Amino acid sequence: MKTKIAMTGAQAAAEAMRQINPDVVPAYPITPQTPIMETFAHFVANKKADSELTRVESEHSAMSVAVGASAAGARVMTATSSQGLILMSEILPIASGLRLPIVMNIVNRALSAPLNIHCDHSDSMACKDFAWVQIYSENNQEVYDNTLLAQKLAEKAELPVMVMQDGFITSHCVEEVEILDDEEVAEFVGEYNPEFSLLKDNITYGATELPDYYFETKRQQADAMEKAKKEFIEVASELSKLTGKEYGYFEEYKLADAEFAVVAVNSSAGTAKEAVGSMRKKGKKAGLLKIVLFRPFPYNEVGIALKGKKIAVLDRSESFGAIPPLCAEIKNSLSGEKVQSYVYGLGGRDLTVQEIESAFDDLMKGKIDNKTKYLGLRE
Amino acid sequence: MKKLKSWKEMKKAGLVEPASSLSNKTGEWKIFKPVIDHKKCIRCFKCVIYCPDLCIFEKDEKIERNLDYCKGCGLCAKVCPVKCIAMERARK
Repeated sequence: MKTKIAMTGAQAAAEAMRQINPDVVPAYPITPQTPIMETFAHFVANKKADSELTRVESEHSAMSVAVGASAAGARVMTATSSQGLILMSEILPIASGLRLPIVMNIVNRALSAPLNIHCDHSDSMACKDFAWVQIYSENNQEVYDNTLLAQKLAEKAELPVMVMQDGFITSHCVEEVEILDDEEVAEFVGEYNPEFSLLKDNITYGATELPDYYFETKRQQADAMEKAKKEFIEVASELSKLTGKEYGYFEEYKLADAEFAVVAVNSSAGTAKEAVGSMRKKGKKAGLLKIVLFRPFPYNEVGIALKGKKIAVLDRSESFGAIPPLCAEIKNSLSGEKVQSYVYGLGGRDLTVQEIESAFDDLMKGKIDNKTKYLGLRE
Repeated sequence: MKKLKSWKEMKKAGLVEPASSLSNKTGEWKIFKPVIDHKKCIRCFKCVIYCPDLCIFEKDEKIERNLDYCKGCGLCAKVCPVKCIAMERARK
């Protein structure tokens, strides 16, 4: 049975964590992630979750505890944002290198300097090459669904997973979220029985590998990432049976017959839907492709979905001196289609429907070149 | 030389089981290997005492080498009082 509850994106993440009921949750607060752990700490204090909530002295320690507990055989979840994620970054490739299925909610926030607590995707995009699966969420409902999906996928693929949501825009705003029963979630995620664990097996985690073996271990990770694409769909279809919703690598919104398409992740996809609706009212064939699975990236499928269209890619992070991260992947998915890169919303600047419409106008006028353009920037 | 495993044959994540150092030969990267002139050897076994990897040992009152784990450091040759151990290139 599904229950509809009004909750913030942060509460939706915490609710999914409560229902998953992980063994260990190492936690360190950072804006705008804090309400996830705050809510979850209430659950633990009120015996609504059995998790060992470990308060640590930094995010570096939080991820270190996560690695140790996961290697010991525990189901581990945590959450962070921005500087916290970057402080964890030394340990992130260790988690994935040891193939530990840690699930972490990321509340996207800009990176310092200048100091800024508002939303952009510089934090998670900086971690795209650490062999963590990355799933992006448009709204509170998707935060909840994606967190459940992530838990099952992580353990199936033996890879850690990050679930993204936009700082404040999603994390602090209240929406209606459809929640599954606790028993349904418990059955969906099942018992965690790792193939190897420190407490069960005579095994060494984290031994040195020199030039004779390291390369092969990295090749295994590449293989696991490739397989995770198929496993994502398998887990998604299982979740679909419970929620009645459809999940995929991406969402196509009025895309099939569109001549002009924007590509976005997270909450801006909602704004883009509004812009697409308004363009359609004017008789323009506009559409949206919202990327959900960013790592592993579904190049072939995206290429097919965007074939023959004129495309604007909206990035909420820079790759300074290079093509912005989302745009780079879209360009790699295509052969010959014209793609215009836009960067918008750094440090939490609002993206308006009108700005997305102006991007559509540019596409329709054929104003497409290799230079990144900016939406909402004072020139 | 032992055949190394492919990525498909290996355990995930470089996980290591107990006693795996027996199967994991660590002497592969040596540049030099000790070569013993048994006629000159006076069986003082100083090399046996000094070898940091237990790669020179006594067998039937003769010294023998275990090149699977020898790193070619040359300590044995250095401490030999009669200079009966020569360090020669282990690979071309």
